[in-house]
Amino acid sequence: MSKVLIADFGTGNLHSVINAIEVAGGSCEVAASRAAARIRRADRLVLPGQGAIGTWMAEFEDDEVRSAVDDALRNKPVLGICLGLQALYQHSEEDGGVAGLGVLAGRVIRFDRRLTDAGRTIKVPHMGWSRVHQRRDHPLWKGVPQDARFYFVHSYYAEAAESAEVAAVAHYGLEFACAAARQNLFAVQFHPEKSRRQGLRLLANFLNWDGSD
Amino acid sequence: MPLAKRIIPCLDVDNGRVVKGVRFVDIRDAGDPVEAARMYDRQGADELAFLDITASSSGRDTILHIVEAVAKEVFIPLTVGGGVRKLSNIRSLLNAGADKISINTSAVEHPEFIEEAAGKFGSQCIVVAVDARRVPGAEPPAWEVYTHGGRKPRGLDAIQWVERMCRSGAGEILLTSMDRDGTKIGFDLELTRTVSAAVPIPVIASGGVGELSHLADGIEFGHADAVLAASIFHFGEYTIAQAKTYMAGRGIEVCEIIDSEVAGDS
Repeated sequence: MSKVLIADFGTGNLHSVINAIEVAGGSCEVAASRAAARIRRADRLVLPGQGAIGTWMAEFEDDEVRSAVDDALRNKPVLGICLGLQALYQHSEEDGGVAGLGVLAGRVIRFDRRLTDAGRTIKVPHMGWSRVHQRRDHPLWKGVPQDARFYFVHSYYAEAAESAEVAAVAHYGLEFACAAARQNLFAVQFHPEKSRRQGLRLLANFLNWDGSD
Repeated sequence: MPLAKRIIPCLDVDNGRVVKGVRFVDIRDAGDPVEAARMYDRQGADELAFLDITASSSGRDTILHIVEAVAKEVFIPLTVGGGVRKLSNIRSLLNAGADKISINTSAVEHPEFIEEAAGKFGSQCIVVAVDARRVPGAEPPAWEVYTHGGRKPRGLDAIQWVERMCRSGAGEILLTSMDRDGTKIGFDLELTRTVSAAVPIPVIASGGVGELSHLADGIEFGHADAVLAASIFHFGEYTIAQAKTYMAGRGIEVCEIIDSEVAGDS
């Protein structure tokens, strides 16, 4: 049975992610842990996260955890959600500036409150349902309608430096990368676990994905 | 492609049942919360809110079980509130499947609690609920903050209060007009607009919806980011789909429902 490990780095709402993956996945074995050994044993890894990136990245000061995650980032199908997307970039300006895992090119910056959406200055966090415009084909988009709306809640977004790594964009005051893909990595700024049937579809696709692009 | 305005059915839960009052009193029964949540999910609600209106210690356990039961079946965000006083209450509710926690009375009694909660769980998770009542005869208009389910005036100006809560790290404001709650004559649009202009975070308008036009008015004239209603949905007067169709007809961006979502339990 395929082992799915959800990295438990102390923030956010793991319960929803576990539940949605169980519903989407049928027969896989789902567990949450922060233990390096569990991360190493897993067939695929989910990096979920809400909250502040500083606390989250502090988990990587543990060398064992860092090395287990680095290994997964090279060799296993990995799905990043929200902070789990942001952490894959090189740098985030949240919490006074934090280095990320650096496997995707770009940086994470805060929404500028002077931006406008539908004629009014934007509210931050970006909270609610926005359209996700797929920029390229990918196994995780199978059966997900183009421009389907997904649920977002975030104050920072990725400014991607490598367009080939952008799997989808969304618009909130400006256009930003809301999904990233590179080899065995796929990451989304939105919350598939809270995005109705299209979210469950994306999670099911992840569970069936062999990690090739 | 602008952000969709959210429609949020609200379940006021008392002792395991959905109830609905008029001006916070005169409560009547509106059914099983898990059944109601499932129905709203099928109809295409954008979020759900659960407010534990009595929030006694027994109510606390009840709401945890309800949140767990709902979270297993519903894949949209859940906001839960009522009687949240400690960080451990927030943790338990999140573990039960809540996504956002609404805090009202404890924010007023211990404003530093909001800062702690947002610091620990992130602003995106912390909703400050404000029950406001118009100060009679005030010019320019003013509103006072009430707590304890609307029973206790606090001598706080609602606008200054939301500004302060925003600085403390609140991620969203759930704004209820006590003058309008349960009256079915529409939101207090002036209150909604004033609060929405005062804070740079999303505002959910609540209190007074009796017609679909009221929902659209809250967005169009109240400048709310989301609209919350209870009785028009609970008692079957309107479906969420009807509300979305109406709002879209008024030119408001809504999250359209994909056909397969309303097809049934598949």
